[in-house]
Amino acid sequence: MSFTKKLTVSASPHVRSPETTTGIMLDVIIALIPALAASVWLFGPRTLLVTATTILTCMLSEFLSRKIMKRSGTLGDLSAIVTGILLAFNLPATIPLWVAAIGGVVAIVVVKQFFGGIGQNFVNPALVGRIVLMASFPTMMSTWVQPFAWRGAQAVTTASPLASITSMLATGDVSAAALSTNTALPSLWQMLIGQRQGCLGEVCAVALLLGFAYLLIRRVITPTIPLTYIGTVAVIMLIAGKGSLPFVAYEVLGGGLLLGAIFMATDYTTSPINFKGKLIYGIGCGILTALIRLFGSLPEGVSFSIIIMNILVPHIERLTTPKPFGSVKEPKKRQEKEAKV
Amino acid sequence: MKPEKMKGVLTAVRKPRGGVSVSHNKNTAEMEPVRMPSPERVVLPMQQHIGVPCVPVVKVGDTVAVGQVVGDSDKFISAPIHASISGKVSAIGECTLPSGTRVQSVTIDSDGEMRLYEGVKPPKVNNREAFLRAVRASGLVGMGGAGFPTHAKLRIPPDKHIDTLIVNAAECEPYITVDYRECIDNSWDIMSGLFTIRELLGIDNVIIAVEDNKPAAFDVLSRIANNSNDVGNHVKLMALKSIYPQGAEKMMVQSATGRRVPPGKLPADVGCIVMNVGSVAFISRYLKSGKPFVSRSITVDGSAIAEPKNIRLPIGTAIADVVDFCGGYQGEVYKLLMGGPMMGLALADDSLPILKQNNAILAFASNSYHIKKERACIRCGRCVQVCPMSLMPTLIERYARVKDAASLSRIGVNVCMECGSCAYACPSGRPLVQYMRLAKSVVREAGEQKK
Repeated sequence: MSFTKKLTVSASPHVRSPETTTGIMLDVIIALIPALAASVWLFGPRTLLVTATTILTCMLSEFLSRKIMKRSGTLGDLSAIVTGILLAFNLPATIPLWVAAIGGVVAIVVVKQFFGGIGQNFVNPALVGRIVLMASFPTMMSTWVQPFAWRGAQAVTTASPLASITSMLATGDVSAAALSTNTALPSLWQMLIGQRQGCLGEVCAVALLLGFAYLLIRRVITPTIPLTYIGTVAVIMLIAGKGSLPFVAYEVLGGGLLLGAIFMATDYTTSPINFKGKLIYGIGCGILTALIRLFGSLPEGVSFSIIIMNILVPHIERLTTPKPFGSVKEPKKRQEKEAKV
Repeated sequence: MKPEKMKGVLTAVRKPRGGVSVSHNKNTAEMEPVRMPSPERVVLPMQQHIGVPCVPVVKVGDTVAVGQVVGDSDKFISAPIHASISGKVSAIGECTLPSGTRVQSVTIDSDGEMRLYEGVKPPKVNNREAFLRAVRASGLVGMGGAGFPTHAKLRIPPDKHIDTLIVNAAECEPYITVDYRECIDNSWDIMSGLFTIRELLGIDNVIIAVEDNKPAAFDVLSRIANNSNDVGNHVKLMALKSIYPQGAEKMMVQSATGRRVPPGKLPADVGCIVMNVGSVAFISRYLKSGKPFVSRSITVDGSAIAEPKNIRLPIGTAIADVVDFCGGYQGEVYKLLMGGPMMGLALADDSLPILKQNNAILAFASNSYHIKKERACIRCGRCVQVCPMSLMPTLIERYARVKDAASLSRIGVNVCMECGSCAYACPSGRPLVQYMRLAKSVVREAGEQKK
């Protein structure tokens, strides 16, 4: 029998799962849509303008850098879009579009493509984009608008809920009663639906949790990192707040903790692969975030905590590499020890 | 009724780690193997097993009959090769095995008679030694795919005690249904085979392990397991979760007994022997008839095969003849496989003969073949999650690319059995099994340099 075309010879396996990188990235994008919608509702159409700007600059940066480096195009994996959305989610609604664009270029060109593109960056691109902007344009990065201000009100600078409760902690009283009498503080219900000041994508806890559920159902991520991260922050804050549960709730819902724990800390490339590694990483992120919030000069520490833990990932990985199937846990050494004893 | 709910059916002691849910595609499950008529010619490579190749013991022009030895070796890890049809030896040349190695081969032109060799008579087996000699003489090798000579597997060193014989009927590879058919069609051969092996080797327990997606097999096998001749209830049936690679030897031992075979060791080191269900049934038939391992059943399936079916055929039949018997190809053939889609070998053409350890021929048409684009690793960890051997394929790939032999041996690449779960699960379509092989050769070369 002669074949019309030569047969393809390749290594096994000859069947592959239907899952693709593009599909995973698409799932992440879908999971981010509730938060995006909530953000439009809270901060108005400008949200879309900022998000479109970061997505487009990310895609363009990716396309051009691949072209200049004479490498195959990677726009098709959709990861540049994910980075774009996440970067926008970390910016205030008032950010000038050209500043947002700079963030996109830094994230894709410097953090991602300089290190070899998708899968090679050692820190989260969107987070570094945010940190660079925070260092370069501190005022622009901390000019907040109140939710629903887009229906008429002027941009105003106010203290964030996190800053408020931190200052309350400094005075020593964060009991439920004290928190409820502070009129500058949004109610917990407002914190849940996102009626507070903050970055575009971080404010609406409900929408973020919806995205979290979607990622879990689609098995894109495991709950290990988000749960250990948030759990660690909660435990430390419970101790710091002398058992005040509302204080813990404000700490968990405030700032960028949910966005960071669900969408940024779980980034495949910059987080450990094994369960034990994920535990260490999640707890590490939690401790750092809590320490920065309690003792640092910044009100918020999610970005820095994740970046620091990102850098530690290779070391965590080395510590947590599983033993191959059937390996005996070095019985010789143990026996020697026992013999000595 | 669910198999695990049936009376007397054990459930797995331990769930295997990882694994992937591959769609089963057991299209030929209800097709009893049909006997393929004698082909005009067979080619018998002198290596159809793991171990030392055989040397031809016939000359060109010799007349041979079915069951006559045409190749043998005096080495231990080897198994003789017999003529699978009667006729004349027309050539002794070389042929390329699917793995790419070239070996000597004996070509026999059929006389159309399928005459049985006069030396074929039931062996006298009354003790362990005679049994092992008979198994060697039968030419049997593991029928599940690896092709380890069965007599070598059964010859347990005196310092090891075997308490469990596991009869492997998991058949976790998609498409293949020959083991399943063996359970349905030849259940009494399986029974008498395992009783013989049990008695002659002095093994206490027998566990017949089947994946729970084959309820009909449980119906038939439970009659064996609950047989009244089985005084003391030594034979038990076990339902295993249908997850690939459940049928792999180490997974099997773990599921059936909870024991873990350490790296570089054999099931015998933890008191187990794992045998393919087809091999067990063959031993029983051989002890009755004396007819050596000259024919076997295979599954012929895939989108490019006109009439998929299970067939029983002489070993050495050319794949082209097999496909002709199954109605030929349909559509443009993209890939031709010897074995299952997870671990089978892709062939460059169909002139190769069917080998002893070959359980399937699959052909896939290009319009039905799903190709995943190869992209960069995103460290999603799916390969690590699914690896039944607790390895980190993504890390192994990285080390293999820079030929870091020290790190590779530290993370234990040699434990990898190339089941392909990692590459199956990889969303970036990376050829991970290829990298596993590269990694092993890096370790091997480094070891040789040290010497």
